[in-house]
Amino acid sequence: MSHIHELLKKHGKPPREVYFDHENSGWVPPEVVEEMLPFFNLKGYGHPAITNLPGWEAYEVVEMTRRLVMKVIGAKQEDDIVFTHSGTEANNLAIIGTALANRKKGKKIVISSIEHPSVIYPAQELEKMGFHIVMVPVDKEGFVDPEILNAIVDKETILVSIQMVNHEIGTIQELQELVKAAKDANPEVIFHTDAIDALGRIPIDVNKLGVDLLSLSSHKIHGPKGVGVLYIHEGIKLRPIIHGALSTQKLWPGVENVPALAGFRKAIELAFDNFEANVTHMRRLRDRLLYGILDSVEDVLVNGPVEDKRAPDNVNVSFLYVEGESLTVELSLRGIYVSSGSACTSRILEPSHVLLAIGRKHEEAHGSIMFKISRYHDEEDINYALSQIPNAVRRLRKFSPLVPKHKTQ
Amino acid sequence: MTIISSRIPLIYTPKVLELFRNPKNLGKLDDTSVVAQAGSPACGDVISIYLKINDKEIIEKASFESYGCAANIAAASILTEMIKGKTLKEAWEITWEDVTKELGGLPAIKYHCSILAVGALKRAIRKYYAEIKKSLPPWIPKELSREEKQALEVEELIERMYKKFSG
Repeated sequence: MSHIHELLKKHGKPPREVYFDHENSGWVPPEVVEEMLPFFNLKGYGHPAITNLPGWEAYEVVEMTRRLVMKVIGAKQEDDIVFTHSGTEANNLAIIGTALANRKKGKKIVISSIEHPSVIYPAQELEKMGFHIVMVPVDKEGFVDPEILNAIVDKETILVSIQMVNHEIGTIQELQELVKAAKDANPEVIFHTDAIDALGRIPIDVNKLGVDLLSLSSHKIHGPKGVGVLYIHEGIKLRPIIHGALSTQKLWPGVENVPALAGFRKAIELAFDNFEANVTHMRRLRDRLLYGILDSVEDVLVNGPVEDKRAPDNVNVSFLYVEGESLTVELSLRGIYVSSGSACTSRILEPSHVLLAIGRKHEEAHGSIMFKISRYHDEEDINYALSQIPNAVRRLRKFSPLVPKHKTQ
Repeated sequence: MTIISSRIPLIYTPKVLELFRNPKNLGKLDDTSVVAQAGSPACGDVISIYLKINDKEIIEKASFESYGCAANIAAASILTEMIKGKTLKEAWEITWEDVTKELGGLPAIKYHCSILAVGALKRAIRKYYAEIKKSLPPWIPKELSREEKQALEVEELIERMYKKFSG
């Protein structure tokens, strides 16, 4: 029995709201929704693999979105782009599909210890099938050391998967160097990067990076939910991991989500129209929020790197002596929507593996809060957040038994 | 290996949200007779229960401190309301299910919050008799009650996990 209606009634709609949870999912701007609507019932509502007018119209959407994706990441041919129905599916295809198609060459797969669960869990599944998974450690800001990677990758290694930008702490890896380090150790190795949190934040050029596989997701850039992308460099062999008929794509069956693809295209256009200006704006607000918090609240740890090595939209801090889930509820009541790496929010009784991997203690990880800045935020949003956060933390600390005695006086 | 469970948002009852927003009996007591704690910072849940007990073994005042989720705060708060004015024997009989029911229910993943609250209370009552009265009344069994045991299990589980992650 769910109390969701009573809960919503009790919570109420706060007079002022600022949404900072774009990591988990974001809202979709009206221009994007408008672009999607005709494809539900006015045109292109057919199956994009079928030869009739609504089918052709639907296929045109798939093709146009594919071309735009190619353009923004520098892909050379249409076959390089596979649309899935989520970023999770793209990562699963990259990990499992590559492993299955290349198992004769070796059984070792190398991933970083701070990958997204949609990379870690498929890797763990492969382990049950006889593959050997090695996790590269990261330093206390989340960086993978190219020398360590070079030492771990060997002739047995078929796949390396390292995120371009970490989803929780915003670490921007020196990906080009990591690709080089891996390929120096084994020129045959296939390099996958989960670039889901990089799209729209830092430039992505698959040629410059030298990656073989790269994942993207629509809903992380104010696009609709329901579209993922896997870029596959020419010649890289993958096996489909789900099976069906009647699709425009060999590697991903199931009818394409045409309205969402139309929306994704618009979302890419909006993110890239003023790319530099958007990024500068996000970075400025990110630092105002981060340094504003550090100036107004005591005992706060910054999780991840700062300045240029951090994603322009990411703020992740641990408020000591408070538990993150209660802080997300407290902030929600004040109209500020965030998420936490606390165990209480994870349902698996463990705090964020990313925070543990960078050396945070459990109780430090429990107090973590993640904010994601969007180009739609303005100074006023940050001011409002900064007017509420210190009070929210103070209220919870007031009755926390963990606050050291000398700080309560 | 991680245990994966489905993940729906925590659907708290209005009572839980109300008590989270306006908790009753918050903070330390100035004239505490006994205080006890359950949970651990590493697991993200700690409840301290403070009791002021009079000569007739009646709980005159009760308060709490909490480090934990909204359910944790609400469970501790409502428990301190439930025991005020009760004899220690009456308070001892309260179960974690009673606390959960009083809150209008809790998401299953949050049952341990009621368990920790009642565990802390029972530890406080046991401590009061063991350390202040120097003898346990017949209604307190020598072996730990269900909630005391479960609180201990939560603490030990976290201890093990902590060791695993700290290498």
